[in-house]
Amino acid sequence: MLELDRVAKRFGDVVACADVSLTVRYGEVFGLAGAGKTTVLRIAAGLLAPDSGAVRRSGERLGYLPETRGLYPRMRVLDQLTYLAELHGADANEAVRAAEIWAARFGLRSRRLDRVRQLSSADQRRLCLAAAFVSFPDVLVLDEPFAGLDTSSAETLTEVVRERASSGTAVLLATDELAVVEGLCDRAGVLHNGRVVAEGTVEELRAAAHVELVVDAPSARQDWAAGLPGVTVLSVHNGLTRLALTDGADDQAVLAAALATGPVRSFSRVLPSLADVFRDVVTR
Amino acid sequence: MSRAVWLVARREVNARLRTRSFVIGTVVSALLLAGFVLTQSTVFDGHHRDTIGMNGQAIAVAGQLAEEARAVGREVRTVEVTNLADGRAQVASGALDALVSGAPAALTVLVNQSLDDELRGVLNGLVRQQVLRGQLAALEDTTGLDVDGVLRTVAEAHVTVRTLSPVDTRSDERLSLALVVVALLYLALLLYGSLVAQGVVEEKSSRVVEFLLAAVRPRWLLAGKVAGLGVVGLIQLVIVGVVGLVVGLATSVLSSVGPALVALGWGLLWYVLGFLLYATVFAAVGALVSRQEDVQSVLMPVTAVLVVAFVLGFAVLSRNPTGATTTVLSLVPPLSPILMPGRLALAAAPVWQVLLALALTVATIVLLARLGGMVYQNSLLRKDSRVTLRQALRRTS
Repeated sequence: MLELDRVAKRFGDVVACADVSLTVRYGEVFGLAGAGKTTVLRIAAGLLAPDSGAVRRSGERLGYLPETRGLYPRMRVLDQLTYLAELHGADANEAVRAAEIWAARFGLRSRRLDRVRQLSSADQRRLCLAAAFVSFPDVLVLDEPFAGLDTSSAETLTEVVRERASSGTAVLLATDELAVVEGLCDRAGVLHNGRVVAEGTVEELRAAAHVELVVDAPSARQDWAAGLPGVTVLSVHNGLTRLALTDGADDQAVLAAALATGPVRSFSRVLPSLADVFRDVVTR
Repeated sequence: MSRAVWLVARREVNARLRTRSFVIGTVVSALLLAGFVLTQSTVFDGHHRDTIGMNGQAIAVAGQLAEEARAVGREVRTVEVTNLADGRAQVASGALDALVSGAPAALTVLVNQSLDDELRGVLNGLVRQQVLRGQLAALEDTTGLDVDGVLRTVAEAHVTVRTLSPVDTRSDERLSLALVVVALLYLALLLYGSLVAQGVVEEKSSRVVEFLLAAVRPRWLLAGKVAGLGVVGLIQLVIVGVVGLVVGLATSVLSSVGPALVALGWGLLWYVLGFLLYATVFAAVGALVSRQEDVQSVLMPVTAVLVVAFVLGFAVLSRNPTGATTTVLSLVPPLSPILMPGRLALAAAPVWQVLLALALTVATIVLLARLGGMVYQNSLLRKDSRVTLRQALRRTS
């Protein structure tokens, strides 16, 4: 389990995070979006000491994928992974085995005796991913893990993160790619002005966002929906009206009003994407 | 935590010992030192022709001297010198390598500094022949021949050697030893200190450092790096030192093992202390930059101190190893690791001064390790191309 308790950190006059509390349980993937992610993750991984607040990590082994990542250029792939595994506490045999396993898992089996600088940049990126997993972590902290990855590596990474989570690893993942949060995370939080301003399951976050309706009422007047309670008209185009409903507004009343204008060809509720959620959260 | 230090140190040792640059560096240093030792040796400087002045009765043995010398592979040209004072002046100016005078059975040879063993042997041979001849000529009755007595008299006969400006060969040897120690320590500290800085910058510029920091605390990372590179430097120093020692003994440049071994021992101890003193500073300075290109410029102030220690060391040790300037300078902690072993090689340092220098150096190591560790720790995660010392010393990050 990984728990950040009212963590604050400032660099000179710049407040990186003011009051961040979050909990990642075993087997859970927690996505973190917004500004100040890297500092929060560095604090979570123990690279930085917070000015105040506490980080609690139960579980022995940590896996950390830094945002800016690289490895010793002159070291061989397998030596590099073995070295990191040993630093994380594995004994010599265990470390070599882990290095072999994770090199193979990220498609570097044939390159395991090459030096890091001889690898293509795509292979180097995969090697960095392997380096984060080589300790078989109980707590995994990944900073923008999908940045710069090709599709097949991204698929492998998704698979691996799911596997680790299902075997009990707590995963904290920083990303601004909302597809990643929706596809991989159980819960997510948004950082804004150094605080977590929204946190919950992906469904909860979505539910908290504005509901949007798209109504196709071809013979309705432009301002047919303007006076309805709790409704904001977003756009009207070719008889297609986009509406936003505020919390608790009744969509059935909107449908009735639409029907009163004439035929209604379609009436649909748009599931908000997390992008909308985040935008809402930040602009609110 | 000591396991992390051990792992980091082991990686440094493996990464360095196996490189071509380490092997080449060691071989070249050993060859340079061996070459230096050979230039000090008399074995190889016998190829030029010696000019020997003959005065008075000694002129009679001039031909014989040249002949005997040729027998041992030396080419000797003899010239007659009529005036002894003239001859003395010529020896002093170097026009003559030696001036031989006196009765053939009691030759005296005047040289500028010292007579080499081969010529001494040749001259002794001449004297003994003359003594033997005299003994035999004095015999009227062969029955009364005291063989042992004659042999003893002959064996005891030898050429008398006078020198114009005698040098104490022992202290000359010790000075060479001291200067070699000073030079080796300077090079080792400079090279391995810079390697620490380069290693730190490499970790920063290749961005591997964040991976490492997730597993190791910065101070253990620093400790491991310093220990590993220090050991590599120590290995190189031992190899080069032992090669120098062996070559020195083989060519009899070193007259005895004792002082050289003591000098080597002190040299190694002071290398360890000096490395500990400089390494954390080098590491801290290296952590201030993020690109290899910027390393040299930030290293300047640190290497300057080493250069000053080296130049001062050479100057004061060769002039006046026991003087007040030398004493004071050798007690200043950043200079001690280079100057003190030089003075120790000269056997010119009282015990209390050595102990004081050791205490001051250790105290400085502790202080610099703290300061350097802090700068290192605070600068590691910064990606700015250049971190200022003030930023690095602030305790915020």
